Amino acid sequence: MSVICPPAPEPNAAGLVAPAEIDRSCRWPVLLLFLLAVSWLLIASGLALVASLKFHAPRLLADSAWLTYGRLQPAAANALLYGFAVPAGLGLALWLSARMGGVPLRFPGLAFGGALVWNVGLKLGLLGILLGDSTGFEWLEMPRYAAPILFAGYALIGVSALMTFMDRRERRLYVSQWFLLVALFWFPWIFSTAHLLVSFAPLRGVMPAVVAWWYAGNLTVLWLGFIGLAAVFYLLPKLLGGPLFSRYHALFAFWVLALFGGWTGIPQSAPLPAWMPAVSTIANLFVLVAVVAVVLNVRRTLTALPAPRGRFPLSLVIFSTAAYGIANLFSAAAAIPSVAAITDFTLFTPARTQLYVYGFFGLAMFAGMYHLLPRLLGFSLPSARLIKLHAGCVVTGLTLSVAALALGGVLQGRALNHPESAFLDSLRPALMALRLSTLGDALLLVGHTALFLNLVGALVGWCRAVWPTVWAAALRPEGREVAR
Amino acid sequence: MNRGPIIFLGAFSAMALSWVGLIVQPQLQLGLAPQTTNTINPVELYPQARSGLAQQGLQVYRSLGCATCHSQQVRQDGTVFDVALTSLGTNTAELVQAVQKVNPALSPAEAGKLVDMTPQNVLAGVDKTTADAAVTNLSVGGAKAAVHLVALGPDLARGWGNGRSVAADYLFDQPSQLGAQRIGPDLANVGLRLPGRTWHFHHLDDPTAVVAKSVMPPYRFLFEKRKRGPQPSPDALARDGPTPQFDVGGTRTNWTSPDALQFDALAAAPGGDEVVPTDDARALVAYLLSLRADVPLFERPLSVAPPMPTAPATTAPTAAFPLPKP
Repeated sequence: MSVICPPAPEPNAAGLVAPAEIDRSCRWPVLLLFLLAVSWLLIASGLALVASLKFHAPRLLADSAWLTYGRLQPAAANALLYGFAVPAGLGLALWLSARMGGVPLRFPGLAFGGALVWNVGLKLGLLGILLGDSTGFEWLEMPRYAAPILFAGYALIGVSALMTFMDRRERRLYVSQWFLLVALFWFPWIFSTAHLLVSFAPLRGVMPAVVAWWYAGNLTVLWLGFIGLAAVFYLLPKLLGGPLFSRYHALFAFWVLALFGGWTGIPQSAPLPAWMPAVSTIANLFVLVAVVAVVLNVRRTLTALPAPRGRFPLSLVIFSTAAYGIANLFSAAAAIPSVAAITDFTLFTPARTQLYVYGFFGLAMFAGMYHLLPRLLGFSLPSARLIKLHAGCVVTGLTLSVAALALGGVLQGRALNHPESAFLDSLRPALMALRLSTLGDALLLVGHTALFLNLVGALVGWCRAVWPTVWAAALRPEGREVAR
Repeated sequence: MNRGPIIFLGAFSAMALSWVGLIVQPQLQLGLAPQTTNTINPVELYPQARSGLAQQGLQVYRSLGCATCHSQQVRQDGTVFDVALTSLGTNTAELVQAVQKVNPALSPAEAGKLVDMTPQNVLAGVDKTTADAAVTNLSVGGAKAAVHLVALGPDLARGWGNGRSVAADYLFDQPSQLGAQRIGPDLANVGLRLPGRTWHFHHLDDPTAVVAKSVMPPYRFLFEKRKRGPQPSPDALARDGPTPQFDVGGTRTNWTSPDALQFDALAAAPGGDEVVPTDDARALVAYLLSLRADVPLFERPLSVAPPMPTAPATTAPTAAFPLPKP
């Protein structure tokens, strides 16, 4: 086996199904998942913007319990995570399993139903958070009546993806499939464990917090990370029209992440026996090794090929990989006790989360969407200007937000560590950062509106194009049911 | 070759290791832990369950997402030890020499003065070995010395606690609200720091009225406006009354009515409007006041500074647990 691995399998060889047919089989569930993802993204950025306005005027919208910051902020985070990230990742995963396996999607109806069920659970959960039923643990806020519905929705989609994987005609596995398969399976495990031990049979004392940290670490590195990397490793060679630099770099990263990724979640300040944060420190440093392998792989792939630079979705993939590298650097830094003494409890933590969830995962998903949508719809998105607007706003808004929060967080942490200055002094850089990030949030909202409009425009155009055919077919005499 | 199952099982077991290590093992170590004992007073078990009202308050705290901005974890950087003379014994001259031996930086006059002013610190900020040796050296002619542990760290210097937060502090909290942000101050010991109930009501109703430049949003929906009866309701607030003033501990200082220990100075005449905390507000405040993790434990050794005649009186409440002599 050569070190240079073949490009992502293009199922054109004899015996394989035509790509167009595969795309058609994925159309409904993937389009629905993407539509949900983009709509929830819009809602999430709206909620985040309102929440961040509270730092400009604390008295704003303070008279209703459901609009208080402590509820809006978790609602925004959950809408982003479970409304945008998971459905977008699942949509891409479905399509990738079918395309790379060289078979049409199995049970597309099941996946479609699963997406609807997930959406019901999500609505219920977010409503619950706003009404005060949050569990009180970060990323696990979904109340106990919503979590099983989300789980069921995921399971339905997962079955479809798994059956597609089992039936694949292309037996040789491309690296993206490794990442996808394992991530798809790991989510139900962590999601059910976490909700079981936090809401249904809650553990005592500090343990649910430990479970929540473990869950957040796993969801970040092993679900968002793996699905995002699957997308990057698929899209990069595809868009460049050449092979991935090294299959072994990618597999090395895979195994290191699988071994150490799940241990990364415990913060250094946690009131726990010292071995637990120490284990997380070590795991974070190992993860960094895998990240170096990923970044090198992407870089070498780029330099080895006469790249059509500036070709649009490719720049998103590159930005996404860079964000992956930096976000993991942030994590590793925050896992070192002397740095954590400054960064823990500050805005540095949300900066890192935003960079990971939005910068890495989100941009990889946007690149995937822009690659996929024309194939699913059969024509390209209606407005190139809206695409430009979206990409420009997202990258600018994200950079602004993350830079402000990270820098503000470090300044805030340094001020907090000087007990002779008043507590409110530590808020001054923090508030400045939060206010700058409001601007970032506003830019993101504009960008996401552009994406939403483009997608809705495409769907409307598509319905218009398809409608006459469907209508005519329905009216054809042989289409009529004859009573016996 | 179909390597799917092998890859899948291998990766899955690799990832499941973290489940064993970070869920199962800590559950055995922490989740099944019984109450621990107070190291000074071993018959006292720690933690004690919060009152029913405070437990309801925890649910209000969770529901409103207070943990989004407030942490409940105090960090500690390390510990140092102070050595203090507690009794002089019979041979003062020998004791002065011993003091000088323990702390060579003192001149004979200073050492003598120090002995005269006992109880007084002889050494401050030393490690445990030095402190123990000093105690032995000072035990001349029946004189006695004690070692006091001083916990260090910016959080503690801010008055956010006497020692680090430990897992036992949260044993009976369902859910434990550790928080991850300090957009507001840490609340692990807010019941020690601000024991004034009225302060909390005012603070929730209008934070800027009691903390200038506070960015906490007002929680007016935790209060209800209603017609005053012949007697004012307990805990009623006067939003248009004089701006309340509090001392460091949160006790109101500018009372304007003789029975104001029960309720605020109220402008409202019978039949007028009064602002009364809802049950949620009362529960929340009861919970906040119950946040006091100040018990010395094996994993959180604590002691108090000895009474210093020269030291400025401190208003911050401290735990009165002398460390046993080594």
